[in-house]
Amino acid sequence: MSYMKMLTAGCTALAISAGGAFAQDAETKVIGVSIPAATHGWAGGMNFHAQQTVNRLEEVYPQLDFVLATASDPGKQVNDIEDMVATRGIDALVVLPFESDPLTPPVQAVAESGVWVTVVDRGLSVEGISDLYVAGDNPGFGRVSGEYMVSMMPEGGKIVVLRGIPTTIDNERVDGFKAAIEGSGIEIIDMEHGNWNRDDSFDVMQDFLSKHEQIDAVWASDDDMAVGVLAAIDAAGRDDVKFVLGGAGMKEMVKRVMDGDTMIPADVTYPPSMIATAIEMTAVGLTSNAPVSGTFTIGSVLITPENAAQFYYPDSPF
Amino acid sequence: MTSETTAARPRWALPSMSVLGPVIALVVLVVIGTMLNSNFLSAANITNVLARSAFIGIIAVGMTFVITAGGLDLSVGSMAAFIAGLMILVMNAALPSLGVGVPIILLGMAVALLAGIIAGLINGFLITTLGIEAFIVTLGTMGIYRSLVTWMADGGTLSLDFGLRTFYRPVYFDGIFGISWPIIVFALAVIVGEILMSRARFGRHCAATGSNEHVAHYSNVNVNRTRLYTYAMLGLLVGVATIMYVPRLGSASASTGVLWELEAIAAVIIGGTILKGGFGRVWGTVIGVLILSMIDNILNLTDLVSPYLNGAIQGVIIILAVILQREAKAKS
Repeated sequence: MSYMKMLTAGCTALAISAGGAFAQDAETKVIGVSIPAATHGWAGGMNFHAQQTVNRLEEVYPQLDFVLATASDPGKQVNDIEDMVATRGIDALVVLPFESDPLTPPVQAVAESGVWVTVVDRGLSVEGISDLYVAGDNPGFGRVSGEYMVSMMPEGGKIVVLRGIPTTIDNERVDGFKAAIEGSGIEIIDMEHGNWNRDDSFDVMQDFLSKHEQIDAVWASDDDMAVGVLAAIDAAGRDDVKFVLGGAGMKEMVKRVMDGDTMIPADVTYPPSMIATAIEMTAVGLTSNAPVSGTFTIGSVLITPENAAQFYYPDSPF
Repeated sequence: MTSETTAARPRWALPSMSVLGPVIALVVLVVIGTMLNSNFLSAANITNVLARSAFIGIIAVGMTFVITAGGLDLSVGSMAAFIAGLMILVMNAALPSLGVGVPIILLGMAVALLAGIIAGLINGFLITTLGIEAFIVTLGTMGIYRSLVTWMADGGTLSLDFGLRTFYRPVYFDGIFGISWPIIVFALAVIVGEILMSRARFGRHCAATGSNEHVAHYSNVNVNRTRLYTYAMLGLLVGVATIMYVPRLGSASASTGVLWELEAIAAVIIGGTILKGGFGRVWGTVIGVLILSMIDNILNLTDLVSPYLNGAIQGVIIILAVILQREAKAKS
């Protein structure tokens, strides 16, 4: 048994030295992953992919250990990170900041202590802290959505927009959207916050339908909100709304696109699996000599009935 | 409502401001809403506002009793999300054996009511028998139910089977004589609640318990049992609200029912019930609920204020509605 163990250890060491990095350093390295808890659909999907990736990479890299912590508020996330540094002596930190400002100083302190820092999705307030930044493309998300609207309504028309929780993310998306539809004859007749929440967007859409006689299309900007919007349109029995465009890539919505539903003709991705990209690249950086520092932007892609199958993950909770 | 006040005979005194305050606030809101948008008083909009008030409203009726008896329950929003999740899981699981039909809906409803009563009894037991502060107990159960629903949904969303949803949907969207079911159920809960509060012994016991526990005890009121019943009743009503909620979107997730507890408590206090206990008014709670959901509705129907300020407007109106009562009380 111990002979087998020595053999495996020997092989691993050989494999690492063959990779050219850390020939002397066969000891275990620890990667800390700190993410917000699953408080809404997208975050749920992100948690799912984080867990899956950690499980898979622990198999692939026996010399790596992972610590995964989910936080329900920024304060808890700061504590999580401090604990990781103090008690687990992490070599790399993968963090999806709950909010940028409160997380910047603690993550900066971690980076200054020599730990590799990968930041995901939401950037920090000070530049130059992260070694690797895996970013979602929020202006691009708005732009792709806007361009699709223009292609669907070449004659122009009246649309209503549901916005998310008031944040930089939401502002960037809406600005990108507005820029893309400028001069196309598409008019935004109303805009309210549906807070990325099904119930809130249901109420807002009901009120939009009472307020406006004619609505040609809805940019729900999120798949959870699209669910509420669809229910409200359905209940009001209105047939002036031709389609609803959501966003993020929730499996139920991707399925409807795949099935050719005319109310949901397309979707725009903002993949929660970007956390997997970040963890994977950090692991690669720690175990090989492949350079992974810099910024990695994950583009938002239009899902149409033609390509929907490749975005459909029936096992994911999102 | 207004005709009642103007028609008051001289030999009767005008109802006190604590009674008039919330009513005036509601009337003012209706007038503002009508002036800002002609669709405000349309049948469709009124149905929308009343139907979406029903969840908070049904819960707030129960909350009125809990607060009147000197208690508090912060767990109702999470409890509603948990019960909704449980209901969906049970109905989906029973689908292969029962098929789509009335029995499976009745099963779901029974699960919701039972789970509600049990959850309420647990809160009540911890608060009365073990004597732990209501704020702490329900803060704890709030976290427990919220985590449980997140866990049951695996961080995502629990959705009712599509066929079942289509069958169950009329419970939210249909009704009789053009009045939708949530409104009818809300009205029934209010009528029963009002009778219990102002005409029945239970209401008097609640008020006595809330105003002075020791005096109530010496007056032969079983303080602990009264409190336990208020929590169980609130749990039951949370179950009823969930029964009306699930058919609307057919789903439950970690974001279901967030902050419902605060909305319910705010509605109760706007309606004139005293937060320290000892006095409760069920019809006032109804006015409070209507004021809250009408503010949202009016803000959506107009473009006057930036949507960023919605919360601020709500806050100002809530405080104004309460000041209106208190100031008048001080004068009289």
